[in-house]
Amino acid sequence: MTTPTTPKKPRSLSFRTVAQLVALAIADAAVSLWVGRQAYLWMPPQASAEAVLVDDLFGFLTTIGSFIFLGVTTALLYSVLFQRADKYDISDGPPVEGNLLVEILWTTIPLGLVIWIATYSYQIYDQMAILGPMEHMNHVPQLGLMPSAEAATLPAVPERTPIEVHVRQWAWEFHYPDQNIVSTELHLPVNERARLKLISEDVLHGFYVPAFRVKQDVIPGSTIDFGFMPIREGRYRLRDSDYSGTYFAANQGVVVVESEESYQQWLADAAAQPLTEADNRAFREFTKLGDRPISAGWKTVEPAPPPRVNFASSEEDSYE
Amino acid sequence: MSNASLDAIAAKSDQPFPGAPNNWRRFFSFSTDHKVIGIQYMVTAFVFFLIGGLLAMVMRGELITPEADLVDRTVYNALFTMHGTIMLFMWTFPMLNGLSNYLVPLMIGARDMAFPRLNAAAFWLVPVFGTLLMASFFVPGGPSQSGWWAYPPVSLQNPTGNLINGQVLWLLAVALSGVSSIMGAVNFVTTIFRMRAPGMGWFRMPAFCWTVLSAQMIQLFGLPSLTAGAVMLLLDLTAGTSFFDPAKGGDPVLYQHFFWFYSHPAVYVIILPIFGTFSEVFPVYARKPLFGYRFVVVSSVIITVLSAMVWVHHMFASGTPSWMRMLFMFSTMLISVPTGVKVFAWVATVWGGKLRLDTPMLFALGGLVCFLFAGITGVMLGAVPFDIHVNNTYFVVGHFHYVIYGATVMGIYAAIYHWFPKMTGHMYYEGLGKLHFALTFIGVNLNFFPMHPLGLMGMPRRVSSYDPEFAYWNVIASLGGFLLGVSTLPFILNIVSSWVLGKRAPANPWNAIGLEWLIPSPPPVENFEEIPIVVSGPYGYGSNESLVSNNPAGELISEHS
Ligand code: HEM
Ligand SMILES: [Cu+2]
Repeated sequence: MTTPTTPKKPRSLSFRTVAQLVALAIADAAVSLWVGRQAYLWMPPQASAEAVLVDDLFGFLTTIGSFIFLGVTTALLYSVLFQRADKYDISDGPPVEGNLLVEILWTTIPLGLVIWIATYSYQIYDQMAILGPMEHMNHVPQLGLMPSAEAATLPAVPERTPIEVHVRQWAWEFHYPDQNIVSTELHLPVNERARLKLISEDVLHGFYVPAFRVKQDVIPGSTIDFGFMPIREGRYRLRDSDYSGTYFAANQGVVVVESEESYQQWLADAAAQPLTEADNRAFREFTKLGDRPISAGWKTVEPAPPPRVNFASSEEDSYE
Repeated sequence: MSNASLDAIAAKSDQPFPGAPNNWRRFFSFSTDHKVIGIQYMVTAFVFFLIGGLLAMVMRGELITPEADLVDRTVYNALFTMHGTIMLFMWTFPMLNGLSNYLVPLMIGARDMAFPRLNAAAFWLVPVFGTLLMASFFVPGGPSQSGWWAYPPVSLQNPTGNLINGQVLWLLAVALSGVSSIMGAVNFVTTIFRMRAPGMGWFRMPAFCWTVLSAQMIQLFGLPSLTAGAVMLLLDLTAGTSFFDPAKGGDPVLYQHFFWFYSHPAVYVIILPIFGTFSEVFPVYARKPLFGYRFVVVSSVIITVLSAMVWVHHMFASGTPSWMRMLFMFSTMLISVPTGVKVFAWVATVWGGKLRLDTPMLFALGGLVCFLFAGITGVMLGAVPFDIHVNNTYFVVGHFHYVIYGATVMGIYAAIYHWFPKMTGHMYYEGLGKLHFALTFIGVNLNFFPMHPLGLMGMPRRVSSYDPEFAYWNVIASLGGFLLGVSTLPFILNIVSSWVLGKRAPANPWNAIGLEWLIPSPPPVENFEEIPIVVSGPYGYGSNESLVSNNPAGELISEHS
């Protein structure tokens, strides 16, 4: 019932053990590299230069994460399966209390790993040249520094006035100052850095296009410059990412990325349209009578009336 | 601590005080015995866990289809607000306070907490603010609908126009919960500093007590910030000030700093005692000393310090300049170093042991695996460019539910099963315990894994309806959610029936080392007949040392070996 009292000297590792460990590590690495490649498939289409960068980072993080997760769970699983006490064995295991070398190693290895991950993330961040509320568009003539192929080969950026993005409870509205167009659909020319001014008229909202991997809170009281680089034509979902009250979930929109020609065409067409009332889901739901889910009849902030725009898309319109 | 002052404490905490019942009824009356208070906390918390769980299941019912068709959107918003608030302030904090209350004095060889009456007062605030919070379901306009962060300006919108509304009650409840936690923290810190048994130097103290100490230190420095934010918001809401209201020149982002300066460290208030539980449970069921004990306990203290320096990672997408994003990215990732030290230490403890897979061990192993997963997604979230994509999406919800349900709730269950014989004097039913574990582990992964792909695809959190491409993973998550609801049934059955009918528990059913296992189950009032004199470290498995030199409560010394 009692175990030996003299602590055993730790055995030095045999060649066999080392070989086995190395083999296991290689297998773990191979599987993790494979998982890291799969990670790209879990993401929406890469519709911006930023998306390409973020996905590379995510693939890298997934690889390292899988390596650690697999390694540790395999060790645990092995213990659980093969290191069980016999039914009536109540003796103790080996009194191993620590091993300074091992402990120092597993402090310094994660530290090194963390520095590596942070540095790589920093580089990615730097390349994205994300514009936050504290920076201004004019500060980014370093655009040429953007190493993504798309960016480097681009013609000079035409000077366009930023598109104003107005968001309120609960509608998105886009204003093109040069043409004086209002739209509920955001149109952007492909392969050109989009420049937006984000303006909230009431509470916090979040500008979020998953296919672009960009997101920025829109803070009432400040106008926020924001930029990114669409690189793939298509229709994409815009979502409100910062909880904004009752109809938050319905506060969605569509972003259209298209060629320069069709963009110009769209601007011209829209400018020729008179202002009409857009479709607005929050307002529709609020005013709609009839079949309602379980309701406590609680009062809510009233949705703003549907925006009046030159160009409206239905909220049921398709997107990728 | 001198014997004279110990005697003085013993005299003061004479328990039960005259006329107090000495049967099950004492759990419903005012008591200053830390063990009674501990169980009062735990039972109260569990009731709220069930309420919070029911709200969650209605939410998962709503999310099983893309349309908002089960409950009104206002109801849905109230549900997630109350769910989050209840689970944090009414379940995890009180539950862990209860556990620590029960265990710390026993583990350090004290007869009670340092301030028994303060202890009782801190507990009785819990039902008070719990009632206040629940009352908000019945005021016009319903409970708060601004999420558990209560970010202004949404939290300042008051469509009913009433002065007494759900948001006001919410703020009062949160402020009171802060008061209760501060009272508790002062008590824990004093107790651990001043009331350790003779011979129990810092490096002879069980890891659990270290984690409680570290967690309660966080409460002391963090809570004032939360309380300040809550009071300022309350003033904005009721007295027309404009700290946070942008319409009147206030700054809504300032609130976020107040809020997260506390609420990030608060996640360590929650997880540290769970780390402590793992450190207690693994050695017992692997029959080995805790590997790298000193590294493990020092890492708790390091976590406490670092936890104060990472709050901005919750605000990467708000008004945060780049230099700040980078700074907080680095500090956030740094936390994974002391955390990783612990994880490896547990694995090394289990490795090469003689494992017994009793229910507490199963829950601890399951919790460790979930924590590992959550730690990895946590580092991913710390990487700013990736966080910008998934921030405020279901990816984050998946991350913290792996920590809070996967690691914390499972860790709590491990602790309850492990110390149940000590607390009640009865053994639980192992079969029901294993069933409970299986349902919980499957339920957690079904419910919370799908949230990661959903977040990557871009599904925002807090939505009552969503686009059809998210339906597939949501159905799985909902089924997992219902399974988690079911998983609590064998637990309740087990606890209730074994408390009443279960086999009598010996003093040390697991053959464990620790002062609490040297005294009878359940421990008598005042715990130790004679204060133990500690002569060795806390995890002497396999080394045949005795833990104490005297013979508390007439039991055999160091029965385990
Ligand atoms: C290695 C350790 C961890 C790291 C690096 C980490 C990192 C992060 C980051 C960066 C976020 C913000 C994500 C966002 O909002 O976009 C986050 C959110 C969160 N984490 Fe962790 N985390 C860790 C461990 C924990 C622990 C131990 C807990 C709880 C016990 C926890 C609970 C939470 C919660 C509740 C949130 C979300 C809060 C909310 O937005 O409502 N995390 N974590
Ligand atoms: Cu945090």
